[in-house]
Parts: sequence; structure tokens; C-alpha cells
Amino acid sequence: MELFQTILDILVSAAFWTAVLRIATPYILGTLGELLCERAGVLNLGIEGIMTMGAMAGWMAVYQGADLWTGVLVAALCGGLMGLLHATLTVPLGLSQHVAGIGVTLLGTSLSYFVYRLVLPQASTPPTVEPFQPLDLPGALAQTPMTYMALILVAVVAYVLYRTPVGLAVRMVGENPAAAEAQGLSVTAVRVGAVVAGSALMALAGAFLTLSAFNAFFFNMVNGRGWICIALVVFASWRPGKALLGALLFAAFDALQLRLQQVAGGVLPYQLFLMMPYLLSILALVLVARRASYPRALMIPYRKGER
Amino acid sequence: MRLEPREHTPLAARLLAPVAAVVAALALCALLVAWTGAPVLRAYGLLLEGAAGSRFALTETLTRATPLILTGLAAAVAFRAKLWNIGAEGQLYMGALAAVVLGGGMLDLPAWLLLPTVMIAGAAAGGATLLGPAVLKVRFGVDEVVTTLLLNFIVLLLVSMLLEGALKDPMGMGWPQSAPVVEAAELPKLVERTRLHTGLLVALGLSALLWLIDTRTIWGYENRAVGANPRAAAFAGMPVTRVMLRTALLSGGLAGLAGVIEVCGLKGYLTLDLSPGFGYSGIVVAMLAQLHPVGVVGAAVFIAGIFVGADAMSRAMPVPNYIADVLVATSLLCMLVAGLLTRYRLRRG
Repeated sequence: MELFQTILDILVSAAFWTAVLRIATPYILGTLGELLCERAGVLNLGIEGIMTMGAMAGWMAVYQGADLWTGVLVAALCGGLMGLLHATLTVPLGLSQHVAGIGVTLLGTSLSYFVYRLVLPQASTPPTVEPFQPLDLPGALAQTPMTYMALILVAVVAYVLYRTPVGLAVRMVGENPAAAEAQGLSVTAVRVGAVVAGSALMALAGAFLTLSAFNAFFFNMVNGRGWICIALVVFASWRPGKALLGALLFAAFDALQLRLQQVAGGVLPYQLFLMMPYLLSILALVLVARRASYPRALMIPYRKGER
Repeated sequence: MRLEPREHTPLAARLLAPVAAVVAALALCALLVAWTGAPVLRAYGLLLEGAAGSRFALTETLTRATPLILTGLAAAVAFRAKLWNIGAEGQLYMGALAAVVLGGGMLDLPAWLLLPTVMIAGAAAGGATLLGPAVLKVRFGVDEVVTTLLLNFIVLLLVSMLLEGALKDPMGMGWPQSAPVVEAAELPKLVERTRLHTGLLVALGLSALLWLIDTRTIWGYENRAVGANPRAAAFAGMPVTRVMLRTALLSGGLAGLAGVIEVCGLKGYLTLDLSPGFGYSGIVVAMLAQLHPVGVVGAAVFIAGIFVGADAMSRAMPVPNYIADVLVATSLLCMLVAGLLTRYRLRRG
């Protein structure tokens, strides 16, 4: 009963909802990026490394004197480049999307750490930059511009995917590439484009961490967020609107466990609370797996004339 | 330009592919080394010297290769059956956990009995950790890539919780580490006054054993058939689900054993930094070996050499030792392309 009262108190506080939106932002951007790749038929396990890359590159640009939005742009460009690498391996070359993705993650992560250590050889306490500040709005609306950007991007991706010829092409190459080819579309071009754009979105998720949520780059700071995004895409049945909902729901649980940790921290080990997001993701996967409607050509490489 | 499948892959091409991939990776990373301003040839020279230039360097490389052989085998057997086990890191820690629980004085057995017991328990712990995702895959169709990846984080938090709680060493000066394993649970040294231990022999023996199973038994045949085409295998009357679960137990068991061997052969106790990503590097090892159990040994020694050599190199010049991780990742990506060229040929038009 006491626990129930505590949870209720947390749920009605404005600070809680502010935190929910803040925690949700990288999940929204990452899930949106992965969704775009998968809708075109390409699983992108590079997400974890691409997020790390975005976090490092965006932060580094700002640390070197660029302004914040330039940093965001640099992150997106780096993410796009990593996406191009993944797309080259998996689309024209048709290599295993699983292994190529793991490779991209290993490369993105190690390259980020390498560059960071090269520029800052003996930084024991990570240097900081002046991050995005929350807008001057009441209550939970007091978010940084990147959170609003993420919300706008959900609408943009949803519109493009369902209301434009480009979106139709993306969905088509993910469902039935042979039919798309027969319509005169280049399956390769559409898939590569979708993976590059999706990867740029993933890098934005990383940049949010270093330029908005925190003000420095830490090793291991992405901490499995990319993998959680992959679970969220399945949970959202590959729909942008549901992805937003899933990310918010997930962030609400995360914000709740953070606050319960403060209340019940003395009684239960904090690691139990930290496990929650990962356990929750697995649970979500199990719940929806039976009726998940995968894009039909997901993970199937397409080569002209080959069946 | 288009790709045309080869009807037959010459053995020379299969053997040459990893060499070509590694050369390509070294060339690509040379650009990165040059960017740091360090002389490239000298840097690679120091790397080689640090990995194999002395008796000490060689034993260090082989010590590092030991867990990599096991995680490499774990990835190889799983990927063969198209079970995408990316969770070797977590399974390794579960094995290590079993080692410190049972080897920490709970069982009062002589060494010849205690060591095998601890190893079997560690392998069982690792296998059980992968069995969960495998069951979810065959029962509910849940993608095992995500579940095994997420389990890595859950296991690490579990280990952290136990190291700060039930398993915390009271003599550990407050550090989150377990009590050391008893002497009877320590693997004997292979070379005196070095860190190289008999765990290497266990790893080599398992590699040979897996090769035998793979080529000489129905088990191995079924594994390969299910990996190549599960529907055809089912049609031929093979128990696809059972093969999957069997593979999961084997793969997770190998990774769990890597954890046992690191604890009992090298560290003596469990900390949160027992594995510098052995589980993930194991994937690269398996791919470089083209999933061949014997090839895994060579690939593991190579990857271990990169890590050990890069540490030595970065002490001598201003190249961060993360260059090793970049080299390993680049090798994996180059290997994918090289592997493709052994299966396909480029044709004009």
C-alpha cells in the first residue's frame, strides 16, 4: 500500500514527466532510425556503434569550437557514413546483416574511443561543453530543442513513409523487392538510401546524450540503448507512431525505476533496478513476437535475377 | 559488374581469404596510425615485437588467446547452425560466477575432482544462459540476437550485485571482487614463471574434439544441415528444434568454460573487468576462421597478438591502444568481403 502511494506520488509530479520525455528522446530517435532501415528490409545491428559514433563526433565538434547545431549535423553525417558502410556490405554485396551489423558496431565504438583518446590522451575527468538548455516553457514542456526535434522527426518519418512516393518505395523494397524492381525502382538505391538516413537518425540519438542529456563523452555511455531500440521496433510493429508510444512507455518505466531506486535504495540492491529496462525489453519481445508482422523481405538480400 | 556464384571454391581461396582480409585491415588501419603522426612501419614493428618478439610476449599472447579460442568456438558452433549467439560475454561471466561459487571453498574436494566439477558447472551455467534465448526463439519466434545482447547487460548487473553483496571478498579492501578460488581449483601453470596455464590445453583439446564431432558424427552433420537449410533438414526428418537447443547448450557451455578458465587459470577471483570483451572478439575469431573449429585456434592467436602487441606499442608511441579494437573490427568487415569473393566471382555486365 505504501509502495502504491509512493508510485502515485511519483506519477503526479511534473519532474517525473519532464524526465520521461528526456529519457525517451534517444530511444525515439534510435527506434525511428532502426525502423527506417528495417522497413527497407535491412536489419541494422550497427545501431549501438553508430550511436556511440554520433555521441563522440557531435561532442568533439562542439568541443573543438563548433556551435551546438553544427555538432548535431556532424553527428548525423558520421552516422550516415557508417550507414553507407553497412549498406554497402549488406545491400549490393548481400552479406549477412547480422555479422556486418556487429562489425559496424565494433568499428563505430572502437573508432570513437580511438579518436577520443587520441585528441584527449590523459583526460581523467572528461572535459565538458555547454550543452543545449531546456526551453523556457512550463512543466514537462521545458525540454531541450533536440527533444522537440525528435518529436517533429516522428511526424516527418511517418508522413514520408505513408504519404509520399519515396515512402512507398521504401516499404515496397522491404516487402517485395522483386515487385519494386518490376515497377522500375532500383532496390539497391532505395535500400542504401533508407539505411543511410536511418543511421543518421541513430547518430542523432547518440548526439542527444552528449549535447543535451549530459555535457561530456564517457566510455560505454550508450550502454545498450541501441539494442533496446531494436526491441522497441519489434514492439512498435514497425510503425513510427507506435514507436513514439513505445519509447515513451519504456522511458516512463525507466524514470519510475530511477525514482523508486531513490526511495527503496537502502532495501534492494540498485542493480536490480538497473536490470529493469533490459528485462522489460525482453518481455516486450516475448509478448509481441507471436503476432509480429515483420517486413517480409527483412534480412533477405536481393540480387537481380536470383531467387 | 555483378556477382556470380562459384560452383566450387578452391581450398587455396578459403585459406587465403583470412590472410587477404588481415592484410587489407592492416593497410586500412595504417591510415589511422599515420594520422596520429606516428611512423607506420615502426608502429607495426613494435606491435609484432610486443606480440611475438620474446618468450614473455609469446606466452602473454597465448594466455590471451586461451579464452578467445573458447569464445571463438562458441560463436562458430552457434553460427554454423544459424543460431546468432551474441551473448558469449554474458555466458562467460555466468561460467566465472559458477567457478567462484563452487571453487571458493564450498566444495572440499581434491584437485583432480574439483577442477572437472567446476568446469562442468561453469559450462552448464553458460549453456543454461543461452538456453533461455534459444527456447524463446524456437517456442515464440523471438529473435535471439536481441535477447542474447540484452542478457549480457543483465548478467553483468547480476555479477555486480553479487560482488557487492553475497560474494564480496571480506578481505578485498572494499573492492567489488569475489574471494579467490581455493588452491585445488587452480589450473596448473604450463610454463613456469609466466602466466600461461593449462587452460590452453583444454581449449586446444576442445577445438580438436569439435572438429571430430563436426566431420565424423551424425551430430555434426545435423548441425550443418540445420544451419544450411532448416526447412530441408526438417523435411529430411531431422529434429530441428532439438538440434537448435543442443547447439545452444554447446555454444553457451564453451563460453561459460572460457569464464571458468580465466578465473581458475589466470585471475584467481572474479571482478567486473574479467573479460575485456572476449565474447564479442570471439565473433571476429569465428568469422576469420570461417567457422572452422581448428581455424579458430589460429584466428584466436592472431587476435590475441593484436591486443597484446597494441598494448606494448601504445606504451612506446602516442597511438591509443584502441587501435587494436579498430584493427579487429576492420578485420571482421574485410573478412566478410573476402569470404564473399571465395563464394562468388565478379563478372562484368
